[in-house]
Amino acid sequence: MNYVLVGNSAAAVGAVEAIRKNDKEGKIVIISNESYHTYSRPLISYLLMGKTNEEKMKYRGNSFYSDNNCELMLNKTVQSIDASQKTVILESGEQISYDKLLIATGSTPFIPPMPGIEKVKNKFTFSTLDDAKALERVLDKNTKVLIAGAGLIGLKCAEGICKKAEVTCVDLSHKVLSSILDDESSKIVKKHLEDNHIKFHLEQKIKELNENSAILDDNSEIPFDVLVMAVGVRPNISLIKDIGGKTNKGILIDERCMTSIPDIYAAGDCCESMDISSGQQKIMALLPNAYMQGECAGMNMSGVDFVFDKAIPMNAIGFFGKHIITAGTYEGDVYVEADEENYKKLYYSDNRLNGYILVGNVEKAGIYTALIRDKTPLDTLNFELICKTPCLMAFSREIRAEKLGGANHEAVS
Amino acid sequence: MKRVYVNEKWCLGCHLCEYYCAFASSNEKDMVKALKDSKINPKIKIEETDGINFAVSCRHCNVPLCVKGCITGALTKKDDGVVTIDKDRCIGCYTCILSCPFGAVSPSSEGVIQKCELCIKTNNGTPQCVAGCPNSAIVFEERGE
Repeated sequence: MNYVLVGNSAAAVGAVEAIRKNDKEGKIVIISNESYHTYSRPLISYLLMGKTNEEKMKYRGNSFYSDNNCELMLNKTVQSIDASQKTVILESGEQISYDKLLIATGSTPFIPPMPGIEKVKNKFTFSTLDDAKALERVLDKNTKVLIAGAGLIGLKCAEGICKKAEVTCVDLSHKVLSSILDDESSKIVKKHLEDNHIKFHLEQKIKELNENSAILDDNSEIPFDVLVMAVGVRPNISLIKDIGGKTNKGILIDERCMTSIPDIYAAGDCCESMDISSGQQKIMALLPNAYMQGECAGMNMSGVDFVFDKAIPMNAIGFFGKHIITAGTYEGDVYVEADEENYKKLYYSDNRLNGYILVGNVEKAGIYTALIRDKTPLDTLNFELICKTPCLMAFSREIRAEKLGGANHEAVS
Repeated sequence: MKRVYVNEKWCLGCHLCEYYCAFASSNEKDMVKALKDSKINPKIKIEETDGINFAVSCRHCNVPLCVKGCITGALTKKDDGVVTIDKDRCIGCYTCILSCPFGAVSPSSEGVIQKCELCIKTNNGTPQCVAGCPNSAIVFEERGE
């Protein structure tokens, strides 16, 4: 069996580890357009902060490819797929044949059209190790950095470089982390970031760019030396779209991570899949989902029927020592606890927990995540107690005995 | 694999397991010396309400969501089944705290995470929480896979 994996990050690693459980002999070829051993992309901000280094950023150990008998092709870009001949064609002209193909091409930062952007010399995106290295090279203590986007990527970048530069963030939204926080929790986080010397201009669009300044909607002019574009990412879907595979914003996959084309699977940030907390098909560009989708694809590619039908949006992120954990869908009735430093909001309806936001105290958050993932009927537990504290005490004695006493702890099927 | 199990009928809620756990992580030979005047941060933790007590620690799941979700690769499940943390590679993102259905992963005092790694190597084959439980409520046994 010939397995070809396009991509070399979490989804591809998940696929390799799954394939090798079932097939020790088959040939695995990994094609990457980068020049690195598999590394954890979310760690690039920690690299700039000095909390990790290139060696420790490796997502798997140095012997990963040899241990798993994989052929790694670096600095190679796949140009197209010939599904009838079952080959992938590289930009270099090489053709590689496959029996089973995984598309794990991730996403690319989106740069919206902005008047004057061509005048900006020092502009960067922030998603790869090369992006991080390029950005680091231009920073010194007095560098003024303007980050377009106060979402997960923009703010992690801000935290990563704030000791090395003066950082200002601009965002269209009236709040920071608008994709994962409600208004109240966003205020707590924004204040914490401001206390750590990050400046914000919210509800503002960059109207025009000059070489070293941005004009906002309110006509204020923000000077900068370096511009970082972090307004969002777009899934890399063209390989599948170009050959008529089903795509929307992302590549459409089923619960076995199969695309609409036979023997072609897809996993990770390039995909759209079912969010079981909302029942909607969406892009959930998160490392844990990427790994688990890759694993699911790898199992099916190597002949073992395997379903991953537990994906939900979820994020664990922290800034300057303040932690945030969120999961699920923000719909339904709410339970709220808040003080100046901590915030908790649970969203529930129809006897189910739909989602939650925790800021500050995030202890045992996974117990809430499991309620969403497992669709636990809330009338089977002490809901009042579990609202106050995520705990196993809230379950009945029988369920608790099953959870804690069994040997076969399969948290996902 | 052998795991730590708690029989809540026998658990007195005395918290001694928490102290033995903290001692096991301390690398000290003397328990008093190790724990005197320090606030402990154990990897096994008692849940308690009126009349019900039980200790919770890592289940070393066969399908470990913490390992699959770990963004750095610092959490791994070894061939012996033990889920272990490489504290040098952990950056304290807490994705494992988001993922663990048992609430058995917690922040460590060094800004990364900690979890039960079954201190059997350092403690002659029996985890300290098990050895120290005065009512034999915590056991270390194989319950079939």
